[in-house]
Amino acid sequence: MKPFTVHRGRVAPLDRVNVDTDQIIPKQFLKRIEKTGFGQFLFYDWRFGADGKKNPDFVLHEPRYEGATILVAGKNFGCGSSREHAVWALADFGFRAVISSSFADIFANNSTKNGFLAVRLSDDEVATLMKRAQEIDQYQVRIDLEKQEVSDEQGFRAQFAMDEFVRHCLLNGLDDIGLTLQHEKDIAAYEAQHPAPAALSVRSNARS
Amino acid sequence: MARTLFEKIWDAHLVAQPAGRSSILYIDLHLVHEVTSPQAFDGLRAAGRRVRQPLRTVATVDHNIPTEPRGTPITDLIAAKQIAALQANCKEFGIRLFDMDSAEQGIVHVIGPELGLTQPGMTIVCGDSHTSTHGAFGSLAFGIGTSEVEHVLATQCLAQQKPKAMQIDVRGQLPDGVGAKDLALGIIGQIGTDGATGHVIEYAGPAVRALSMEGRMTLCNMSIEAGARAGMIAPDETTIAYVSGRSFAPTGAEWEKAVAWWRSLPSDSDAKFDKVIQIDAAQLCPFVTWGTNPGMVAPVTGRVPEVKGWEESDRRAAELALQYMALEPGKRIEDIAVDRVFIGSCTNSRLEDLRAAARVAKGHHVSSKVRAMVVPGSQAVKRAAEQEGLHRIFQDAGFEWRESGCSMCLGMNPDILQPGERCASTSNRNFEGRQGRGGRTHLVSPMMAAAAAIAGHFTDIRNWKFE
Repeated sequence: MKPFTVHRGRVAPLDRVNVDTDQIIPKQFLKRIEKTGFGQFLFYDWRFGADGKKNPDFVLHEPRYEGATILVAGKNFGCGSSREHAVWALADFGFRAVISSSFADIFANNSTKNGFLAVRLSDDEVATLMKRAQEIDQYQVRIDLEKQEVSDEQGFRAQFAMDEFVRHCLLNGLDDIGLTLQHEKDIAAYEAQHPAPAALSVRSNARS
Repeated sequence: MARTLFEKIWDAHLVAQPAGRSSILYIDLHLVHEVTSPQAFDGLRAAGRRVRQPLRTVATVDHNIPTEPRGTPITDLIAAKQIAALQANCKEFGIRLFDMDSAEQGIVHVIGPELGLTQPGMTIVCGDSHTSTHGAFGSLAFGIGTSEVEHVLATQCLAQQKPKAMQIDVRGQLPDGVGAKDLALGIIGQIGTDGATGHVIEYAGPAVRALSMEGRMTLCNMSIEAGARAGMIAPDETTIAYVSGRSFAPTGAEWEKAVAWWRSLPSDSDAKFDKVIQIDAAQLCPFVTWGTNPGMVAPVTGRVPEVKGWEESDRRAAELALQYMALEPGKRIEDIAVDRVFIGSCTNSRLEDLRAAARVAKGHHVSSKVRAMVVPGSQAVKRAAEQEGLHRIFQDAGFEWRESGCSMCLGMNPDILQPGERCASTSNRNFEGRQGRGGRTHLVSPMMAAAAAIAGHFTDIRNWKFE
C-alpha cells in the first residue's frame, strides 16, 4: 500500500450530503474483475448525460477544479453499498483524500486499505472549506497525517482524529494481511480450540 | 461484568488484542459472491497465499445472474466473465459454490440462513453491506470491502476496531398491516441514514420478539441503511426452532452443546449500551419512501413533505431528491402512480414475504399500466412457493414469476427500470439510479408493493379487500 504522509492539492467541492457509493460508482461498472480503470466511471450518472456526453455543469468538469486531488463533501459520505470500487474509482480519478463531517463505516474502512484518506472535520470546518473551494480560485489545502492537521494558506487550521494504529499503517503503507499473520500462533491456537464444524465437511452439496 | 449480546460474541472471537492495535477477530463464516471477490482472489494469487479455511468459506452467484429461466445464455459478456471468474476461483481454492444450476442457489443472505449455515453466536462476513441480515440469528454479521475479503480468505480473521453498542427497544405490538419492513423504514425515518454509524444495533422489545425469523431478517437487513455496522437480535426459541434440522445445522451432541451456548447469549439485564432508542410499535403504519435515501419516508396516508422550513443541508438534499423523483411537496402518497413493481431482494424475498404478497394479489389483477415481477430469493424459496401454489396466484394476477437472484434491487442483471419509470419496490435502497438510470424507486413492504401493482398507485394496505 502506498504510504500517506503529507499531501497538498487542489480542492473540489461536492456540496451534497449522503453521497452514496451507488453515485460514486454506479453498478453497471462493478463487473470488472480488476482493481484498476474505475476512475473513468467516477460519479458517472452526474458527470455524463444518458447519451454519454459530458455534463459540463458538474463540478468536477469545471476547468478550475481540473486536477483536484482533494474532495470536500457533505456529511455521511460513502453510505450504502460496501463496494470498495468506490474508493478505487476516487483514487484512480486522482483523488488522495475526501474531507467530510462524517463517513459511512465501510467506506472509511475501505479507504484505509488503499492509502486513501477519509478526513473527518466538524460541520463548521467542512462548511468553511466548501465555501473557500467554491470562492477562491485554485484553492488548495494541505493534509498532514503525521500532525493530523488540515491547513490552508488563508489561515485555516484544523485537527482531525484518527485511530492511532490505522494512522500508523497509513503513514507506513503497511500491509494489513501481513500484520495479522504476525499472530499466526494465536490464530492456530484459536483454531485448535474451534475447529470448523463437522457439518461443513459434508461434501454432498459441493460443486467444486 | 454485565455484557451485551454483541460483547459476548466479540469476546468469544477475540484471537488477539495487541496493545495499541486493532483487535484480531476470528470469522466463523465467510460468504462470497461474484461481484466483490475477483480482486481478492487475484490478491491471494499475487502474494502466493492460500484460502486458510475453505470449509468456512461458501460462495454463490446472485448479483449478476439473469432471472430468466435457467439455461438461457448470459448475453452480458462482462457479467459472464465475472461469474466464470468466481467458478474458477472456487475450483482453484477448493471453495463450496452454489452455482447457477444448483438447487440451492440464491441470494447469499437468503441461502445462508435457509441452509443453516447462519447460526447464533457466529461471526459472519461477506463483501456485501446487507450481511447485517444474518444478525437476525444473534450472530455478529457485517459487510466488508474487497480488501477485507482478501484478508479473511488469507487469515480467517479481521483486524477490527470495536464498534459502539446501540439498543433499539420496540415496545408494544405492530398493528395489523404493519410489518418488519415498516418497522425498519420507521426507524430509519426517525434516526436517519447515519443515525447508527459506528454502532452495532441490538433490536429488542416485545414487538421484535414477536417477529418471525423472516421478519427479523428484514429488520436486521435494513440496519446498514441506518448506517449501522451490524444489526442483531438475541436468539430465542423462535431462532432455535428455525435453525433446527437445516442442512448445515449441528446435530446430536453438537446440537445440544450449541443450543446451550446460544441460550447464554442474550444481553445481561444490566448490560450497558452506548445509546438507547425507544420506539412505540403502536404508532407505526405502512410507510412509503418519497426520496432518494431510505430515511426519506412518509406514512402511506401522508403527503410528500413540505421541505421549506428544514435545516439548510437537509432541505437542499430533499429538494434534489424531489427533483429526481419528479414529486411536488404536498402530493398525497396514495396519489402517486407506479409503472413497475418489484417484489424480491435480500430484504423481502423469503417465503413469508411471498405469502403476504400473494394474499394481497389473490383474486385481483395487476393494473394494465403496471409491469410487476416477483423474484424469489432462492431456488428453495421458489420451490416452496410453487408447492403452495403461490406462483399460480401471482401469474393469474398478472405478475411475472422469475428465477432467483438479486435482480432489480440493484439492476446488475437485465432487470432494470427505464429512465423516468416509477417503481414500488420491496428492496432496500432508493438511491438515484439504483434500479436503473433515471429510475424512481419507492421502498415498501411486500403487501404494499402487491397492492400498488393492483391499484396502479400506492394504497393503504390496512383498507385492502382480501379475498
